[in-house]
Amino acid sequence: MAEHVIKMPDVGEGVAEAELVEWNVKVGDLVREDTVIAAVMTDKATVEIPSPVEGQIAWLGAEIGDTVAVGSPIVKIDVAGDATPSTEPSDETPKVDSKAVAAEPEAKPAKAEPVAPPALEKKPAPASVKSTAAGPTSTGAPRPEGERPLASPAVRLRAREAGIDLRQVPGTGPAGRISHEDLDVFIARGREPVVTGLRPDTSVEEIKVVGLRRRIAEKMALAKSRIPHITYVEEVDVTALEDLRASLNATKRPDRAKLTLLPFLMRAMVKAIAEQPQLNALYDDEAGVIHRHGGVHIGIAAQTPSGLVVPVVRHAEARDLWDCAAEVNRLADAAKAGTATREELSGSTITITSLGAMGGVATTPVINHPEVAIIGVNKMMVRPVWDGSQFIPRKMMNLSSSFDHRVIDGWDAAVFVQRIKALLETPALIFVET
Amino acid sequence: MKEISCKLLVIGAGPGGYVCAIRAGQLGIDTVIVEAGKPGGTCLNVGCIPSKAMIHAADEYLKVSEMAEGTSPLGIGLSKPTLELKKTVAWKDGIVGRLNTGVAGLLKKAKVKSLQGWARFRDGKTVEVETETGVQVIRAETIVIATGSLPTELPFLPFGGKVISSTEALALKEVPKALAVVGGGYIGLELGIAFAKMGAKVTVVEAQPRILPLYDAELTRPVAKRLDELGVTVLTGAKARVLSSKGDALLVETSDGTETSIEADRVLVTVGRRPNVDGWGLEEIDVDRTGPFIHVDDQCRTSMRGIYAIGDVTGEPMLAHRAMAQGEMVAEIVAGQRRSWDKSCIPAVCFTDPEVVSAGLSPEEARQSGAEIKVGQFPFSANGRAMTLLGESGFVRVVSRADNHLVLGIQAVGSGVSELSAAFSLAIEMGARLEDIAGTIHAHPTQSEGFQEAALKALGHALHI
Repeated sequence: MAEHVIKMPDVGEGVAEAELVEWNVKVGDLVREDTVIAAVMTDKATVEIPSPVEGQIAWLGAEIGDTVAVGSPIVKIDVAGDATPSTEPSDETPKVDSKAVAAEPEAKPAKAEPVAPPALEKKPAPASVKSTAAGPTSTGAPRPEGERPLASPAVRLRAREAGIDLRQVPGTGPAGRISHEDLDVFIARGREPVVTGLRPDTSVEEIKVVGLRRRIAEKMALAKSRIPHITYVEEVDVTALEDLRASLNATKRPDRAKLTLLPFLMRAMVKAIAEQPQLNALYDDEAGVIHRHGGVHIGIAAQTPSGLVVPVVRHAEARDLWDCAAEVNRLADAAKAGTATREELSGSTITITSLGAMGGVATTPVINHPEVAIIGVNKMMVRPVWDGSQFIPRKMMNLSSSFDHRVIDGWDAAVFVQRIKALLETPALIFVET
Repeated sequence: MKEISCKLLVIGAGPGGYVCAIRAGQLGIDTVIVEAGKPGGTCLNVGCIPSKAMIHAADEYLKVSEMAEGTSPLGIGLSKPTLELKKTVAWKDGIVGRLNTGVAGLLKKAKVKSLQGWARFRDGKTVEVETETGVQVIRAETIVIATGSLPTELPFLPFGGKVISSTEALALKEVPKALAVVGGGYIGLELGIAFAKMGAKVTVVEAQPRILPLYDAELTRPVAKRLDELGVTVLTGAKARVLSSKGDALLVETSDGTETSIEADRVLVTVGRRPNVDGWGLEEIDVDRTGPFIHVDDQCRTSMRGIYAIGDVTGEPMLAHRAMAQGEMVAEIVAGQRRSWDKSCIPAVCFTDPEVVSAGLSPEEARQSGAEIKVGQFPFSANGRAMTLLGESGFVRVVSRADNHLVLGIQAVGSGVSELSAAFSLAIEMGARLEDIAGTIHAHPTQSEGFQEAALKALGHALHI
């Protein structure tokens, strides 16, 4: 028998560590070559780690949610035959599996030790106080319907004398047994009405923040703690734009993607950035350097079933309207299906965020760190607008945009948004070569 | 005679009735108990207690007989013993008598008024009692029916003469030469084995395909084996017909349909017991029935307000300890306490050879209840104490839920295992899991170690097998 050690691979982007988000094996499992052992998550993507050998899992070096440094051993596999222990530097190209990105976070919280009433325990707790640690946190139905409450005769007697229906009392003991202490807690809390109606729910459920959710949490905390945001809201009359969009869609080539508002906004941003290149930049605040990019790589924040992801339309400055539309569609589909690659999910220089029909009147978008600007699209609706003599119905839409006030002054921000507004309100300007 | 008024009237001083009355007395309730026979009911007078006395005598006799034959592995020899059944019965009667007096004393101490005579309902609140000195009318706020049960009679083998019930079997003056036992349930087998040990040629006739049909085959196998060793003939799937015309044999239709004649100077009919619902005016009160039994709810209330029923008259299992628990509960309910039937199990014991104990669910019953189960079984052949007692046959079996290891049932068969029933029912009543039993130190060397080992076995790490 030989031992084969798998180390945390370098998953690219120069990251020094990655979060372990899934174990596909447990100690004692037999694995073949290429069996996926684990999934780790970097900034944007989930990477599957396959086994390079055939053997039996002997040791797992991390728990789900742990952040592991690149190069640390994470799995040991007993390999039959080969007498010399080998350590695989895991140069095997890790497969990027963004399907996992999509599927992961949803599955995760469920797996992450939910605080279930012990009666529901699937696995027998190891006959220790551990299963009682869950504590009397749950208040709903303490056990499945029809399940008899488990209690010693002395507890039953006390409950009966106190007029308490044990079926309502959560049990924290092994197998959900109701102890004297459980009864004390129940009595101290005051009897809750058994029937329907309003009642306080004092339950607290612990959900471990792992995977994509943790990425998002860290990213948001970073952005909000480092970046002094200035948010600027302006309304845009998109009546002309909508007319143009409708006629373009009506006469488009069948192989072309249907136009939404997004490609127009992207093209308008490209134009505005040409005049104000300081908006298309990454601010490395630790080094004190602003990286002003020539290429306009627009991140499109998108809500997928599994959480927020930001696929990136690269080089929007080199794409025409139809190309932008096609690329947005392609990336949106990939993100939803979970097939977007790591490259497609990173590298933006400025971001658009939209909640579509849920867009509301105004939002306060959080900058996609280390970018310096984010454009938020609010809901378009018909509003009465005073044209000087009367109210006329106009299709109106607000833009809520945030800027990094350390490097973008309020004036510049306002100029940028006003420029986009002007372009969108007179969409012909978007297409005029200047 | 002057009418008596009381808060609580208990009809029947069997184990259910007298416990109910004693507990009520303790709680300060003005209580009257009526009994036509002697206090203690079937259990004390013609059931549990006297049968155990006779079984013990039979065991002792067999033991010394084997020693006299020089077959004792213990190396003990003695001359041929004798058995004077009359003296044995007198000894047994002495025990019964002492217990009768004991129960009467306990009732008195609890300030319960005892009345001897036959009770009969006049209406839901009034009972007439025929006493030696005349009819006594008792008016009671609450009445508890604890009239018990009677041996079931077969119409083609009516009791009388050579055909006897367990009651007469316990008072025989001589050991029958040939005894036919109709009904291979626990009563028939307990007594049949005892008489076989005392020298009778015993034949058991059971209509079901196997003996002790209420227990699973695995559990009853050691008993069947022992019956064979004792020379008891067991005819399963056989139907008793009638006595032969001469009256010296029982005619039986065997499982293959042929008629055979079994020599018998006594025929013991033990085909079950029926609730005692006749002759005390049940028809005067309108209570619901479940089959032949009086229907009660989880507080032993009948369908008539103020009337409770406990014990055998309310149905299976007809066991003294069930009746006692019901009696105690009803007394406390009458005293205004909040009580209802919430027992997890009612253990049952057969004093056969070897003994059989069952508490909670058998593996089959547990499966039928929809549970995924884990079963652990430990044989007494691997238990040191059992070996020193020449009691290596049998085992302990623990049935638990697979998901949380909650113990659902415990069974055992083996010499002296009746005393293990305390641990079994306590474990179930306390909601023990396999780990609780496995983690409890069981004294060495005792048969109870088999209980711990069975739990360990279910957990996959028994130590001594």
